[in-house]
This record gives sequence, C-alpha cells and structure tokens, in this order.
Amino acid sequence: MALLRRLLSPRITQIIGCQAKQLSTSSKCQNVDRPQFPGSRSEYSTKLEFIKPDDFKGIPVYRVMNAKGEIIPGGLDPKLDEATVRKMYQSMTLLNTMDRILYESQRQGRISFYMTNYGEEGTHIGSAAACDPQDVVFGQYREAGVMMWRGFTLDQFMNQCYGNCEDLGKGRQMPVHYGSKDLNFVTISSTLATQMPQAAGSAYALKRGDKKLCVICYFGEGAASEGDAHAAFNFAATLECPIIFFCRNNGYAISTPTSDQYRGDGIASRGAGYGMDTIRVDGNDVFGVYNATKAAREMCVKENRPVLIEAMTYRIGHHSTSDDSSVYRKKGEILSWDDQSPIHRLRNYMEIQGWWDDEQESAWKEKSKKKVMEAFARAEKRKKPNPEMLFTDVYDEMPPRIQKQMESMKSHCTQYKEHYPFDDHVPMT
Amino acid sequence: MSWKFLRCLQNAKFLKKNLQTSLFVHRCASVQYVPDTISAAHGETTRMNLVQAVNNALDIALSTDPSAVLFGEDVAFGGVFRCSVELKDRYGRDRVFNTPLSEQGIVAFGIGVATMGSTAIAEIQFADYIFPAFDQITNEAAKFDIGQEIYLISPEAFFAHIPGIKVVIPRGPHQAKGLLLSCIRDQNPCIFFEPKILYRSAIEEVPSGDYTIPLGQAEVLLEGDDVTLIGYGTQVHVLREVANMAEEKFNVSCEVIDLRTILPWDEETVINSVKKTGRCIISHEAPITMGVAAEIAATIQDECFLNLEAPVMRICGYDTPFPHAFEAFYLPDKWRCLEAVKKIVNYG
Repeated sequence: MALLRRLLSPRITQIIGCQAKQLSTSSKCQNVDRPQFPGSRSEYSTKLEFIKPDDFKGIPVYRVMNAKGEIIPGGLDPKLDEATVRKMYQSMTLLNTMDRILYESQRQGRISFYMTNYGEEGTHIGSAAACDPQDVVFGQYREAGVMMWRGFTLDQFMNQCYGNCEDLGKGRQMPVHYGSKDLNFVTISSTLATQMPQAAGSAYALKRGDKKLCVICYFGEGAASEGDAHAAFNFAATLECPIIFFCRNNGYAISTPTSDQYRGDGIASRGAGYGMDTIRVDGNDVFGVYNATKAAREMCVKENRPVLIEAMTYRIGHHSTSDDSSVYRKKGEILSWDDQSPIHRLRNYMEIQGWWDDEQESAWKEKSKKKVMEAFARAEKRKKPNPEMLFTDVYDEMPPRIQKQMESMKSHCTQYKEHYPFDDHVPMT
Repeated sequence: MSWKFLRCLQNAKFLKKNLQTSLFVHRCASVQYVPDTISAAHGETTRMNLVQAVNNALDIALSTDPSAVLFGEDVAFGGVFRCSVELKDRYGRDRVFNTPLSEQGIVAFGIGVATMGSTAIAEIQFADYIFPAFDQITNEAAKFDIGQEIYLISPEAFFAHIPGIKVVIPRGPHQAKGLLLSCIRDQNPCIFFEPKILYRSAIEEVPSGDYTIPLGQAEVLLEGDDVTLIGYGTQVHVLREVANMAEEKFNVSCEVIDLRTILPWDEETVINSVKKTGRCIISHEAPITMGVAAEIAATIQDECFLNLEAPVMRICGYDTPFPHAFEAFYLPDKWRCLEAVKKIVNYG
C-alpha cells in the first residue's frame, strides 16, 4: 500500500484516503449507493475522468549500492560473508571470460551461434544467490549466470555450445540453449515467453506438492509483449502460484528500443493490474537484486502468490552473434554503461571491504581464462553424437514408423558414406 | 516425468450454440451408431454415453493419481459439455479448476505442471479454439523430453505433422474411456479428440472399472476380402454401414479398420489388410488436401505396390472451410463412400 501511494498523484491518494475513512465508519456506509458489479470493487463517480498514465509517477528503482560500490545511506547491506561475495564476483567474471572466448570462437566459425551476458551478470547472480537451489528456474536465454551460480560446469557450457557427445541436450538445440535437471534449470527454448505460463504451471504444482519452494521465471522486456506473458501473469495471480517473474529490462529487444516496445511505465507498472506485488530494482546493483529477490521469494513461498521484479539494466553486448548493434545505437552509449557495470560495482565494494585488490584481480583473470580455455579445448575435441540420436526422444519409446525412418537413414548413409561427415560423429550402432 | 494433457472436442462445426441442436439432429440421423461389444474379461459394465465415459475416465484418472489436475475454461462447474461434472466436488477446487480465458495459457500451464512430474489434464473447449495454443503445442510440448497428454477438439492433420505428440480419436464411449485413460497415463503429450456428435447419441455398455486401450494400434472392426475401408472417429460408423450396404448390394466383402491413433499410426495393421484385399479406401471428414488420408495412401502405395489392384481412393471433406448450411453436401457420407467401393472393385 505504501508503495502504491507513492506512485499515485496526491489527488488520487486523497481519494483512496477518503475511501478508507468511509469504510471505517460503517453506519454511514450503509446509506452509500455502492456499485454491485461483480467485476470490480470501487465507488461511483459523477466525474467524467479518464485515468491518465501520467497521473502516476514512474515506479522507483530500488538500490542499495552506488556505482562506487558504497552502500547508500539508508540502504540495506545484506551483509553477505566474504566467501559468498567472492563467489558472486568470481561467477560474474568467469561468465564474462567465458562470454569473451565463446563470442570469439563464434566469430572464427568454431561454434554456430552465441549470445553474451555483458552488463546483466548482476541480475543473474544477485537473483540466483537469493533463491534456494531447489527453486525451479525457467529462463529465456540470457541467464547463463544463474546456471553458473548453481554449479553448471564450464565443460557443460562448452559441450552444449559445441553440441558434442557429452552435451546433456544431445546436440539437438542451438548454442546457449542450456538446461540441467540436476540444477533445477528447465531447458531453454527459442520461442520467446512460452516458458512464462509454463513456469506458472510448475509453481502451481510446487504449491500442491507443499514443497515450500518457488519458481523463478526470467524474461526480457521484449518477450513481455508476447501473449504468453499476459497469460502467465494472469494465471499466476488467479491461481495463486508461488512464482517470481523476473524481467530483465535492458533497453533493447534486438534493435527495438523500449519506446517501440511499450508506452506504459516499463513492465513493473503492469504488475498491479494483474494483482501482483511488484518492485523495480537496479539490475547493476547485485545487492539490490539480491534483497528484492530474497523478499519476493519469502512472500511467494509463504503466501502462495506471484511477485514481479523488473531489473533495470543495459544490454552492453550485441543481441547475439547474428547482430551488429552499432547499426542502431552509438558506441558512446554503450561505453557509458560499461563503466557502471555490475562487475565494476561489486569489485569496488570488495575493495572497500579489503577483500580484493589488483593482485588478486590479475591472478584470477589469468586463472579463469585458463580454466575456460581448457574446457574449450576439451569440448572442441569431442565428437558429435551418434547420428541415430536424431530419432531418439521424439517419444519416450520410438514408434515403429520412426524406427523404420531411422533404419532407412542408416542404410542410405552407409551406402553413400563418402557424402556424410561420419568422422565427426560417434559411430552408429 | 509425465504430463497428461489436452482433451479437445472433435468436429470443428458447432460454433454457435443456436445452430448446434439442428445440426446435431441432422448428423445423428446420418450416423448409425453400433455399440461396441465388450469382452467379458472387463467385468461389470454400465450403460454410458460418450460424455459419461469421458467423465468416468477423468474420475478414475484423478482418483488413481493424486498429482493429477484438470483445468480449462468452465471446467469447474462441470464443463459446457458436462464432461467434468461433479469432479470439483469430489476432488476439490485445487484439482479441478477454471483458468482465465486463454488457450495458450492453458496449454503452457499444463506443460509447466507436467514439468514438475504432475499430471496435467487440460481442456480446450472447442477444437476450433486450439490455435492460440499451437505455438505451445508444436514448439514446446512436442519437444519437451517429458510426456504429457492433451485433451482437445478436431483438426487432426495439423497435429499429425508434429513429431513428438500423439493424436488419438475414439469412436464411442467404450473406446473414449479406455483410450483417454491410456493418454493420461502415456509418457508423451497426447491430443485426445472427442467427437462431439457422439457425446450424447452414442450409448453403450462401458466397463465400470479401470481399463486402458493401447495407443498406436488400429482395430479391425469387420473382416473382409475385397476392399479395406479405413477411418476414425465418427466416420468409422459411416464405413461400417457402407460395408453392410456393399455386401448387400454388390456382394463385396469389406474390411473396416478403425485407426484410433492418428499419430503414431498403426502401419502394420493397415498394410496387412491391404496386402490381403488389394484395394483401399480411406475416409475422413477433414479436407482432402494434406489430410491424414494422404499420408496413409502414400504409405500404402509404397508398401503394397505389387498387391494393389486399383489406386488407393480418398473420400474426404472438400478443400473448403466447413460449411454450416451445406453440411450434407460436404460430408464424406455413406453414399459417397459406397460409390467409391463400386468404382474401386470395377477399376480398369
């Protein structure tokens, strides 16, 4: 309520105030002619007045740490211990190193596609750290940091990007479409926003299982324009699902700026319309993200209802390796965001605490680069899966018709083997 | 993990409720429903129509699987076709509930429930309304390495082109219950099309207990030597009548096959039959072009080329939108099918 009032103009706040008073004096209320419509709860008015989006101030951006890594007076330092903060920093920077190497490897044609996480590492790590590792994650594609926090190994990342025989996904999806049952991270798929109502369904099942867990569902501000986003918010609210909708608002959906994406106050302003508790946070402040997610998690697990978090950030990298973002935005714009990146900010915080210095930084840089390069080399050497895998897992058991198609592929390719890249693959049985 | 899902009502026809009654009567007159013969092995039986059989299957599914939930538009009060009647009272509002009006939401929500290892039985009120959920079904449900079964309406050929889902259509109450329970318990996403025309008109004895009918298996309803007739859903009853007429009028012996599962379909039963008879007619209500019959015909000419004594014939709906006013002219009725039998035996 406090938050809501802050958002409203003084005039509207006054109306709400009156309403509250009237409700408390029940004798007067009985004579008031109140609307009886089942679809809403409000009062009559004789004023022909439209609600203007401008009557609402923008929803404020919650943060606890400034760009210099200082806890802002009045801000809540979550007071995480040194080991945790160190893990946060190392996860963010390791992800950053992996991004640089895999981005380059795509440029060299060694993997077919890649998407970096530059600038958004704080949203991943801050939120992942605030969740229980058993909480179920549904992502879009730019949340590799969440997996890294949970323990997805460099080898696993690389195997997926190479689609080699060790890939948990058996080389079937494009790079960066990670997933891990062990880490409760549901496999990424390309279609935007389809995971959102699915996540609501999973949250409903968790509630029924009385697991005291929640679902966290990540999506970008562009995906929030899909019909599935609407379905997800509305289902989660009406069916009282313990789910955190975590929106990464990074200003662009490929080349589309947010001004072409929506005209309301971002994504957060939609939350109340669906009856969801909502907060907007500074996505480059890992502690702000952590605090908001932690509080949201408690609320949704305890009260079985959805919460919406909109993390404001900036997509520093290109949308993907198929995109050149300099076509639609200026270099200066990008550079200004690079300076206030979540990584710099947390490093400043750690230096203030005396937990990090230049020496540790360069040692870690070298070490992380070496770890990534080693995993990279291992993944590149592995063969691609047995071509028969093309036919497995369409169903749990292979129907005879598909079996027949598999046999025909095998005999055809064996007959014309010089035309097929058998050497790159694990042999067929 | 298992996800159970999508019950859809077949026959994309009765969009407007005021049209429903008159069309319904007309169709009832054109289809002669022959009750299934139930083997004694199934034990005690009860007389049910298709709605009751579906309701009964859902009841069993909910009672035997505590994780199962049933949801969709207007499901809580019993459903607009009364398929979920009394289930909310029996299992509680957290297991049988209404959703907001959003098909994509319903299907995706079901996928999510299933992802957690629970059983989701989603209802799409009319098959006509499945398309907002098409993305969720084609790009998501079919490609999740989890199973789930879906309960929807009738554009089977669209869905028969999606590797990863199963498409099932029963021909009556006995089958509806057994096949629906199989769908709910199958580890793959299933779409179960319920022929609305038979909801109340088809009445027969249905085993009271818990039983399943295997998916992916066709059933030879009538044995014959001269022509194989293949159909599914309501059309099976048309073909059965055609077989009787052909016997009487032309002394032609027809073998009638109910496909039951459209995807993955039972090639073996079909091929064996055509190898024996040398002639085949496939019939469905949906438009002919790119319909299910095209796939079956192509497979038959591939597998039975040396046995065929005439080209495979397809007697289907025309390539037009389903016409309300001209339904009688549009449907592949018994006369069109009978004419086809006459032609195919006199071919050449």
